[in-house]
Amino acid sequence: MDGSHTQKLGSRSIAASLNGACVKFGDFTALADISLDIEPGDFWTILGPSGCGKSTMLRLVSDLVPPASGTVEIFGKTTEAARLAREFAFVFQDATLLPWRSALKNVELPLEIGRKRGITIPVGDRTPRELLELVGLKGREDALPHELSGGMRQRVAIARALVCQPKLLLMDEPFGALDEMTRDHLNLQLLDIWKETGTTILFVTHSISESVFLGQKVLMLESNPGRVKEVVDIDLPLPRKIALRDTPQFNTYCARLRELLEEC
Amino acid sequence: MSVSEAAVGETSPQNRLSEQSRSRLMNIAIPLGTAVALLLTWQLGVRLFNVPKYIAPAPTDILAVFRDEFPLLMRNFWPTFIESLAGFFIGNMAAILIAIAFVHSRLVERAFFPIAVFINTIPILAIAPILVLIFGPGMTAKVVIAALICFFPTLVNMVRGLQSVSPQALELARILSASKSEVFWKIRLPSSLPFLFSALKIAATTCVIGAIVGEWIGANVGLGALIIESTFNFRSPLLYATVFVSSGLSVFLFVSVTIAEKLIIRW
Ligand SMILES: Nc1ncnc2c1ncn2[C@@H]1O[C@H](COP(=O)(O)OP(=O)(O)O)[C@@H](O)[C@H]1O
Ligand SMILES: [Mg+2]
Repeated sequence: MDGSHTQKLGSRSIAASLNGACVKFGDFTALADISLDIEPGDFWTILGPSGCGKSTMLRLVSDLVPPASGTVEIFGKTTEAARLAREFAFVFQDATLLPWRSALKNVELPLEIGRKRGITIPVGDRTPRELLELVGLKGREDALPHELSGGMRQRVAIARALVCQPKLLLMDEPFGALDEMTRDHLNLQLLDIWKETGTTILFVTHSISESVFLGQKVLMLESNPGRVKEVVDIDLPLPRKIALRDTPQFNTYCARLRELLEEC
Repeated sequence: MSVSEAAVGETSPQNRLSEQSRSRLMNIAIPLGTAVALLLTWQLGVRLFNVPKYIAPAPTDILAVFRDEFPLLMRNFWPTFIESLAGFFIGNMAAILIAIAFVHSRLVERAFFPIAVFINTIPILAIAPILVLIFGPGMTAKVVIAALICFFPTLVNMVRGLQSVSPQALELARILSASKSEVFWKIRLPSSLPFLFSALKIAATTCVIGAIVGEWIGANVGLGALIIESTFNFRSPLLYATVFVSSGLSVFLFVSVTIAEKLIIRW
């Protein structure tokens, strides 16, 4: 009933809307019957056992894999239309920078692609230079990726994702390969960026504490086939500080999610 | 005692720097010293055992050729240089373009790759006379042979290079709705450059071999022709000098490619 209602309204005010979406690879069902509405400006984290379809879900939303059945809409558009309008951006686990381009040139890449074909590229309020400053890389504009640390490379990737001012930011374990201190630092930075830009974020992680620390909602997926196990609201105050993780409320959420994860 | 230990354990930056430059100096000095020692042994051996000049000339005899016959050497150097360079450009260019076609169309690859492999299996010494028959005794045949010898390694490396793009980079391109030509110019081609340069370094030396082999079969100028001529006339010092010029040409081309690589590939 909810689904048909949002359909009729054209769900323009929903950042991402999945209606009974399934993804199949041959005979294998990676995602089964996912229905979700993600409100604009929300920060969702996605948690689940490995291989349950977290990446597949982001790839479904970002038009990299088609749904076998069901529909996916982004701000009321098809995923393809949203992709062409650069409504969303993707941050991969490894930064996926082009090694021959400087940090600045990597951030500028989305602005170059499509320009010659006369595609209107949405240009954000911030220049690539300002974005590098926002992620704390002022002065390293001309550095090549191999001259930067893993954390710095990931920050360049985030700046690149922000350059077209996406309304939806998809992140697939972006800090999964980083050490804990760098990860903490980037978590705080990401929350600042989220607050400043007001973008919607879908963030895949395999860390329970990261999912609670960042998310307003934690989407728990279960595997075989991948489906929604539960959506847990995280009622923790914003802005969040590292010390939050030592509070009883935080640990209660973590314990609850750990329990859910064990059931998967 | 602890003081002296500390002094031993610690190396000041200046010390380390001079150590570094010393080790670099050693890197040059050791092979150079070995080469000089070998030349001296050669010189002494030839003189001591009275080896006839036409069997094995002494290094000084070869130096004398460089002094006396320099115009002759140069007259034969230039044709080989031009043939090698032209063969290098044509062979590698063809390989690059065909590699691009292969990567864009599996059909083209399936149609032509077996033929490329077949051509590569024919020994260059066997195919060279055929090419000289077809193209005549001029420079063309030598250029074609030099090009042919460069072709295959570059083709294989370039195909690998163009395919070396990570799947994630391609997904990034897709999310940005990049066109096929944007993917090619902005991602595939730059990714292939390290592979291309390792092939070009091979080609830099083989193209000279190709040109010389071509000249052996039918030419009256060029380093290859000079090698044949000086062999048949027992002019061994001239033969050795020509061989040195030939390897000098290879080294020159190799170093040029290496410098270009250093300038272009900074990642
Ligand atoms: N391109 C593909 N082809 C076939 N199977 C795939 C493909 N991509 C993912 N899968 C399968 O789908 C399931 C979910 O994968 P994925 O979304 O990557 O899991 P994760 O939750 O660890 O990110 C896995 O079992 C994986 O083997
Ligand atoms: Mg994954």
